[in-house]
Amino acid sequence: MTRFIIRRLILSIPVLIGIVFVVFALARIIPGDPCIAALGERANERSCAEYAASHGLDKAIIPGIFRVDGQIEIRPAEFPATLVDNQFVLYVQGVAAGDFGRSLKFGLPVTDLLMQRLPATVELTLYALTFAIIAGISLGIISAYRRNSIADVFTMLIANIGVSTPVFVLGLVLAYFFAVTLNGTPFELPPSARLPAGVVVPALATVWGLEGLQGPPRAIIDFLSNIFTFNALVRADWGLLGDVIRHMILPALALGTIPLAIIARMTRSSLLEELGLDYVRTARAKGLRDRTVVLRHAFRNALLPVVTVIGLQLGGLFGGAVLTETIFNLAGVGRAVTEAIGSRDYAVIQGFTLVIAIGFVLINLLVDLSYAFLDPRVRLR
Amino acid sequence: MSAAAPPALGLAEDKLQTARPASIWRDTLGNLLRQRNAVFGGAILIFFVAVAVFADQIATHGPTTVLIGVEDGAKKLTPPCVHLLGCPESQAEHYFGTDGNVRDVFSRVVHGTRISLRIGFLTVGFAIVIGTLIGSLAGYAGGRLDNLLMRLMDVLLAFPALLLAIAIVSVLGTGLLNSQLAIGIVAIPVYARIMRASVISIRERDFVTASRALGESSMGLLSRRIIPNALTPLIVQGTLGIADAVLSVAALSFLGLGAQPPEAEWGSMIGLARNTMFAAPHLVLFPGIALALTVLAFNLLGDGLRDALDPRLNR
Repeated sequence: MTRFIIRRLILSIPVLIGIVFVVFALARIIPGDPCIAALGERANERSCAEYAASHGLDKAIIPGIFRVDGQIEIRPAEFPATLVDNQFVLYVQGVAAGDFGRSLKFGLPVTDLLMQRLPATVELTLYALTFAIIAGISLGIISAYRRNSIADVFTMLIANIGVSTPVFVLGLVLAYFFAVTLNGTPFELPPSARLPAGVVVPALATVWGLEGLQGPPRAIIDFLSNIFTFNALVRADWGLLGDVIRHMILPALALGTIPLAIIARMTRSSLLEELGLDYVRTARAKGLRDRTVVLRHAFRNALLPVVTVIGLQLGGLFGGAVLTETIFNLAGVGRAVTEAIGSRDYAVIQGFTLVIAIGFVLINLLVDLSYAFLDPRVRLR
Repeated sequence: MSAAAPPALGLAEDKLQTARPASIWRDTLGNLLRQRNAVFGGAILIFFVAVAVFADQIATHGPTTVLIGVEDGAKKLTPPCVHLLGCPESQAEHYFGTDGNVRDVFSRVVHGTRISLRIGFLTVGFAIVIGTLIGSLAGYAGGRLDNLLMRLMDVLLAFPALLLAIAIVSVLGTGLLNSQLAIGIVAIPVYARIMRASVISIRERDFVTASRALGESSMGLLSRRIIPNALTPLIVQGTLGIADAVLSVAALSFLGLGAQPPEAEWGSMIGLARNTMFAAPHLVLFPGIALALTVLAFNLLGDGLRDALDPRLNR
């Protein structure tokens, strides 16, 4: 198993480097002078030369390739000299140190913005994923167990419609239904923001008297503190928890529906395949209860492809979060990206894309590694 | 081998054939027609194609015509009014109501069909062409080039699709064409992988070796022997890919990165209607339903095609 894990870890390194390179390349393709974009009216020949020198823009982009006055120049002779001394290496060093550049619109380092905005996205994604997994797997099991029944046909119909409905349409329709149509009923739900107006969440660092703390530990505490569900739970603030959940229901429904449909379909087909196998017949012949056969025997074996699909859904969830956060006015990473596009704040778009892509790769790595625990066959290989 | 030999042998081969085997296409069509879901999807699709073709005849107004001064008492954000359903005759008839710029929403949704279908086919077409080229090159060449190309594809696949598309559009600039290009680029790896797998599995088969021995060129082998054999998965994935492309381009347009106003694209219509959603839900509802139905049609058809083309499932 150790060999499997090590092999899988090594295999993901080139992909991670590739991701950094793609984002870096996108940043260098952008038309226009980065100096003028950064300095605006203060840009002149001298300040731009200083800017280029301080940001390493006068160096080769990658070994042997330069960009001079917006034009790409290939200088093979300088290849060896620029092998290490180039912009890509600088960029990788920056990224490794957590430096993604500075946001022009927000006037903050991208890293700081990320720490502010990521908790909302993580919270939203977790709610959506939990909803999708619980509902998707349950529906899939019912569907497979009662194959071709009305419940099955209905579930698969819902799954087909769910997978075809755009997040932004579903989100808006849900917002209208729960905020306008059900207005005044107990089922009314808020269509925007993370909390009711005026509710302030105390920072955990303050509550715990750790305000003097600096560096990474403080960043982690602040990060967790901004995941309001976590904050409410550790402080046993049930009123806040209720508020948070009420505000999360609609976004989570909107974002979770597509993964729900995919998980339900995968659970159904995977479980159907297992239910047709000999060991299931044996278990039934032994006189085990149907429930035990389906849930204890077949479902466990059907779980592997379902876990894979769940891991792959995360990419869709991160993409969908951009739309969901925009619709429901949640101050997460996704909305920061849409705001950044409007103001051509490339550093934010690239920094966030990079962080989320790396997160996606790492999560799928964990999913792969979890096979080793779920499936003994992988462990033995 | 002499230069004249291959055609002569090829001719002999043709004459030897006595009965044509049952056509795979006729088989597939038969299988497809037995699947309720696929038939349903196909029917919706035919309906939308008809709407797209006859959009000018079906639409009651121009898709971008502002009705102020054109129609008496035209007001913005009026809810749907259909005379047959009891809307008073005194009021102008707008099946889907009017939008914030006093345009007829029905006509815009109808014309949007054209744009969305075109987006779907063009985007996936682009991705398939480039993906097929990359995949066959990688599969055919093997070795380092294969490794390099496929690792690049892995990297592209590692990004959440919509996010990478946003990053690409932010570099290329907004607009319908650029967002299609971005979604197309993001979709390339899927087709490249399918094509490469097909090439590798078919490359060493006897009938390919035979063709090569008969002197067929590499391009000929690829286009006449290998690509036709890889078509099945490409068609299935392509159909499902259209659903994805329509959705993704609409999402970009919703965010303001794709189609620009006043173009009657569904995603951008919904994006513009977002702020007036609570006063005029019909502005989101109708383009939303059209979008979801189109995507549903391609999804059902793609699933049906996969089952129809899978010999394990019906023989």
